[in-house]
Amino acid sequence: MQWDIVIGLEIHVQLATQTKIFSGSSTAYGAEPNTQANAVDLAMPGTLPVPNEQAFRYAVMFGLAVNAEIERRSVFERKNYFYPDLPKGYQTTQLERPIVGPGHVDIDLANGETKRVRIHHAHLEEDAGKSLHEDFHGMTGVDLNRAGTPLVEVVTEPDMNNAEEAVAFAKKLHSLVTSLGICDGDMSQGSMRFDVNISLKPKGSDTLGTRTETKNLNSFRFMEQAIAHEVERQMDILEDGGVIVQETRLYNGDRDESRSMRSKEEANDYRYFPCPDLLPVEIDDAFIEQARSRLPELPDARKARFKEQYGLNDYDAGLLSGDAKLSAFFEEAVSHGKDAKLTANWIQGEFSARLNAEEKTVTESPITGAQLGDLIVRIADNTVSSSGAKKVFESLWSGESDNVDAIIDAQGLKQVSDTGELEKMVDEVLAGMPDQVAQYQNEDDPKKRKKMLGGFMGPLMKASKGQGNPKLFNEILVKKLGG
Amino acid sequence: MTISREDIEKVAVLARIRVDDEQVSALENDLGNILDLVDQLSAADTDAVEPLAHPLDAVQRLRPDEVTETNQREAFQAIAPATENGLYLVPRVIE
Repeated sequence: MQWDIVIGLEIHVQLATQTKIFSGSSTAYGAEPNTQANAVDLAMPGTLPVPNEQAFRYAVMFGLAVNAEIERRSVFERKNYFYPDLPKGYQTTQLERPIVGPGHVDIDLANGETKRVRIHHAHLEEDAGKSLHEDFHGMTGVDLNRAGTPLVEVVTEPDMNNAEEAVAFAKKLHSLVTSLGICDGDMSQGSMRFDVNISLKPKGSDTLGTRTETKNLNSFRFMEQAIAHEVERQMDILEDGGVIVQETRLYNGDRDESRSMRSKEEANDYRYFPCPDLLPVEIDDAFIEQARSRLPELPDARKARFKEQYGLNDYDAGLLSGDAKLSAFFEEAVSHGKDAKLTANWIQGEFSARLNAEEKTVTESPITGAQLGDLIVRIADNTVSSSGAKKVFESLWSGESDNVDAIIDAQGLKQVSDTGELEKMVDEVLAGMPDQVAQYQNEDDPKKRKKMLGGFMGPLMKASKGQGNPKLFNEILVKKLGG
Repeated sequence: MTISREDIEKVAVLARIRVDDEQVSALENDLGNILDLVDQLSAADTDAVEPLAHPLDAVQRLRPDEVTETNQREAFQAIAPATENGLYLVPRVIE
């Protein structure tokens, strides 16, 4: 049987505010346990929440960026459940009147098509603390530093039909919130967490199947794996004539397996009701317009500009415009290096490979955009060969020197492009290889000749101590050997 | 309006309150009376009334995003039943 896959996402976006949503405690990551958990965060009796204006501004900026209506009067509700990392016994969240109403995001797919994913709504809420189940003499340790950190929870319509679309949406959202500067986007620190709702229905059917929710995926790779895993699990059950149980599941990315966390029967009855401690929040036009004026260039606009301004193709422009920091790096490099295509190639090649290998972000790169730009200039004007350029890149990366020309001089990487000098070397090398020369000249197949040409390059590079311009060597060889 | 024993038992579980059989019978009566009272309110015609999020006719004041709290962990942990390495310790929970 053929199945349609239906996917909806819920994404928790941690807002990059200085303080918590309802208290003046710092939200800085990595502090000693519970040093940023104060009376309000700990739900001490008699404390009252006071909402953080910046959290509302960020939520409004998000709403504007996803073409959504902003709710002028938003209300907080209590979602009641007991867990040790939730000191109040309820999470303060929004249910009936979320701040961001319906909107949409367009995603680019690998086949070149664009797909619209509708946003159902996005609401403001507080994060919980962290439970540590390591060995505390059979007890659980609780760190409440994260409790009260502002989140925007984005809820999509079930508009995605495979893992590729879901991941493309997730990446687009990541690119949006980091470009807006409302989230640091650091997934390893839990700044963005994804819940995936998946159901299957017979191909072409209008009736949605029973869905499951896989919670707390914190990387794009795990998300892709978890979707593949869950689709396969549901397909196996349905094809064996079974039924899908509506449940919440946990996915273990390291083992590629999932387990049920709770079924619908055990589902929490959250008994939502309006929070009596908080009055309705009113957002006026001035507030919205001020937020609008703070909107930076967004990824779609940046992509269009990269194509227009630098003549990049769709693929390069898409890759370089997604991440605001990578975009800035690229633009700094191009302003020095001029050649946009070559710069794009180096950023996606050598530069990205090194960042990935060392698990660094763009901002942690030991080389600056300006330095890469300087190197691009020297590649473009033939001062260094591509292998020489890699050596320069290496020295910049290791911090040996921060000056491209100084490295080229110090390591003798300057290419010899003086034709007279190169011709002399070619003559000498050819004189020492009479057999190969004869073989080449007796060969009629141009393909084989081309291949045989390579046999002369090794000795030539050796004769020039690696400094001969390979392109010129090639031209001279062809001329001397007679086509 | 009546409330069933099952409803009471469910609410007790959600609220993490232990109630024995005798108490359930008493609560059936008491909570039933409260619900009857609420039922009288339901008789009022509210079709033209906007649902009220808060009894006060006022708007929430917002706070600037500035750190105003300092670390007072020691004071808070002095009254906690168990702590270790700066963590609050609670009976083991795994969901």
